[in-house]
Amino acid sequence: MSDVFSHADYLTLVNAAANGKRPYFFDNPDIDRLIAIVLAMAGELAVARERLDTVERLLARKGTLSRADVDQFRPDAAEAAERGRWHLEYLARIFRVLQQEQELLQRGPAEPSAEEVSGELAR
Amino acid sequence: MEPKPQDSTRPSPGAVRVDCAPAFTAAGQHAMSPQLEHDDIARFNFLANFNKFMASKVVGGNAVAFAQRARPAYVAAQGHAPRDRREIRAAMRPDPYYRLWSSLRRNAMEMRQQVGRSVVLRQAGSLSARAQAANTGAATLRLDPGTQVPRYQSAIDNHCMPGSYNQEYFPADVSAAANYDLGMFATTTGLFGRFLDGAGTGTAAWLRKLRPEWQPRRILDIGCGLGHNSVPLARAYPDAEVIAVDLAAPMLRYGHARAAGMQVPNLAFMQANAEQLPFAAGHFDFIYSTMFLHETSYQALRGILREASRLLARGGVHVHLEQPPYHGMDEFEKFLRDWDCYHNNEPFWTTIHDTRLPELLPQLGFAEDRIFETEIHAIVDQEMPKVAAEVEDYGRGGMWYAVGSERPQ
Repeated sequence: MSDVFSHADYLTLVNAAANGKRPYFFDNPDIDRLIAIVLAMAGELAVARERLDTVERLLARKGTLSRADVDQFRPDAAEAAERGRWHLEYLARIFRVLQQEQELLQRGPAEPSAEEVSGELAR
Repeated sequence: MEPKPQDSTRPSPGAVRVDCAPAFTAAGQHAMSPQLEHDDIARFNFLANFNKFMASKVVGGNAVAFAQRARPAYVAAQGHAPRDRREIRAAMRPDPYYRLWSSLRRNAMEMRQQVGRSVVLRQAGSLSARAQAANTGAATLRLDPGTQVPRYQSAIDNHCMPGSYNQEYFPADVSAAANYDLGMFATTTGLFGRFLDGAGTGTAAWLRKLRPEWQPRRILDIGCGLGHNSVPLARAYPDAEVIAVDLAAPMLRYGHARAAGMQVPNLAFMQANAEQLPFAAGHFDFIYSTMFLHETSYQALRGILREASRLLARGGVHVHLEQPPYHGMDEFEKFLRDWDCYHNNEPFWTTIHDTRLPELLPQLGFAEDRIFETEIHAIVDQEMPKVAAEVEDYGRGGMWYAVGSERPQ
């Protein structure tokens, strides 16, 4: 809850659009819209995972926890580094396609298709 | 959130080296820091890591896509290779990899604003009250409600910040500044330091090296924002009077209250247009700006520098930190750097980087001065967790081109 705005106004203001025409990069702007949603969901999944990580650490440390324990939890340097490593793995998993696109681009158009190889092997 | 006290039995944050973004809990805490809940921090952790991932693993694919796909396609269609950054942009616009990278990068900035606003609008009342408690009656904060927001600030919201720096949802609102403060750490992944003051600290160290014994009497920071780069100069020169000017009242209110908790009594904030400041000619010995001029316009850039020349004392120095100019740069790199101009709402970006500032200065009152160009590196706190090899994120790294001049006695 906001200390100034109604909850409805708060939700609207948080999402306000910036001045200036928004760029769309794909021929079909629906793809840009879908990416907006996918990236936001990737963010929220990371948040859920970080919360779970906090719960696990608190349980391991104390055997019990309250919601306030979770909200006040701050990782120390080693814990933050472990969580950072998780982020690297997480991003690599979610955005695998970007790495693979780069690798395929590097290899160039000489890469044969399965149809071509299938034809070749049938001879 | 209270800063975590150092525990000598644990490795210091500096001892931990991981190629990830520093945890958001490493951000410095000051008198105006918004209260963060667990999930707010986690959202910023995602964004910081995502930005770092984009800068280290993803952006490079654009050069591959250009060489292998976009350039050959352009040559096939046009009969010649792209000759400059505008033609490279035309060649890259249809490329699927470039489109995906662009869409993700734009969304990361929009998400930063959404996440920051979700934190600060929740507590906008208490942030404003905190600022008012620190600011009321202070002679070191001078606001001028008559200040006009120029077109270069109102036409498009910088970095997709809804309402930009000037947004006030109610009198004495500081939420725009609080949002900027939080988001900068995530976008720059800690490269500007815990208090975002790496440019100011770097500038102070550079000036000390240029003139080891020099004691400026009066210092001017133009376009100071929330004063994150004003504080280091005020600290480095405690006997100097530092004036930090900006157009945006929310930034100044927040910045003044933030600085009030940092013991810098020689720092004052003033709302004014830097093209016309209420000081006598030759009032300042040292004048500087950090990542400000690119947010102005052709006319304002000249007006601001002309005014800086009027205000600079004999024997004084001025310096401006910006991203490197495009002159002599590879056309593909120019194209990548231009991305922020068109897609991150930095509309003057491409023009200022084409401007030969060392050639412009003599036309604006600095003709007698010794003009220089140099590089200034961010100096960040020792407590900042070390991140592996800094990556250049085309406009968001911890290192700047600096241009300025020394005026003869």
